[in-house]
Amino acid sequence: MPILTFWILAMLAVLCAMGVVVRQNPIHGALFLVGNLASIAGLFLLARAEFLAAVQVIVYAGAIAVLFVFAIMVLIPGKEETGPDPYRPQRWLAVPLGGLLALEVALIGRSVLWATPSRGAAVDGTAQGVGRLLFTDYLFPFEVTSFLLLAAMVGVMTLTKRRA
Amino acid sequence: MGVPETHYVALSVVLFVIGVVGVLVRRNPLVIFMSIELMLNAANVALVAFGQRHGSAQGQVLVFFVMCVAAAEVAVGLAIIVSIFRVRRRLSVDELNLMRW
Repeated sequence: MPILTFWILAMLAVLCAMGVVVRQNPIHGALFLVGNLASIAGLFLLARAEFLAAVQVIVYAGAIAVLFVFAIMVLIPGKEETGPDPYRPQRWLAVPLGGLLALEVALIGRSVLWATPSRGAAVDGTAQGVGRLLFTDYLFPFEVTSFLLLAAMVGVMTLTKRRA
Repeated sequence: MGVPETHYVALSVVLFVIGVVGVLVRRNPLVIFMSIELMLNAANVALVAFGQRHGSAQGQVLVFFVMCVAAAEVAVGLAIIVSIFRVRRRLSVDELNLMRW
């Protein structure tokens, strides 16, 4: 039963990811991105990462997708990729090269997985388990993250401020 | 019991490559940013799978940090795109071949 759920969610994620790349209208792309993120949140649930699933929905679908939609609304809708593409043949080269990259990454991932035998220990993916690790072993990176978010906030404000 | 980690890693490889091809093929900077999000998410899936393999929640903590960085990156990137668009009035990365205007 979990394997069936995995396949359905994985298919959904891959199809939505392809939709992001293929669709011409960026607002459709944003919608497909939300679908992809939601199915990955379901996969996190399946992998017993409950906290991450919740954070995925809140941060990605709630914040990042809304940010994308706002940006698309601010920019002129539908007016994109104007003019003929001077590099069209080169762009099609990206598909076979992507296949090659997939092969390479898959081989690396397989060798890494083979090198590490499965422990079989249950991972505590609840807010309690992840939070305990965040506030003990990873306290300093956690604080640095807060600083990064502050810097991003100030940077966005200075970037979008209209010059007098 | 459960889904083997190899399945998760295979899925993350597929999603990552779709993101790479999206960055290479598309000219709209917004779609390129969405493809970058796809790649970050694929990395997250792989991190969760490897964390499961090792039997520790450290992979999930790393995913948490990746999400924070992604949020910051999207905010700054979209602000840059909007401010470029104000000057250029066009939305294609091929035309951004100058480091100044």
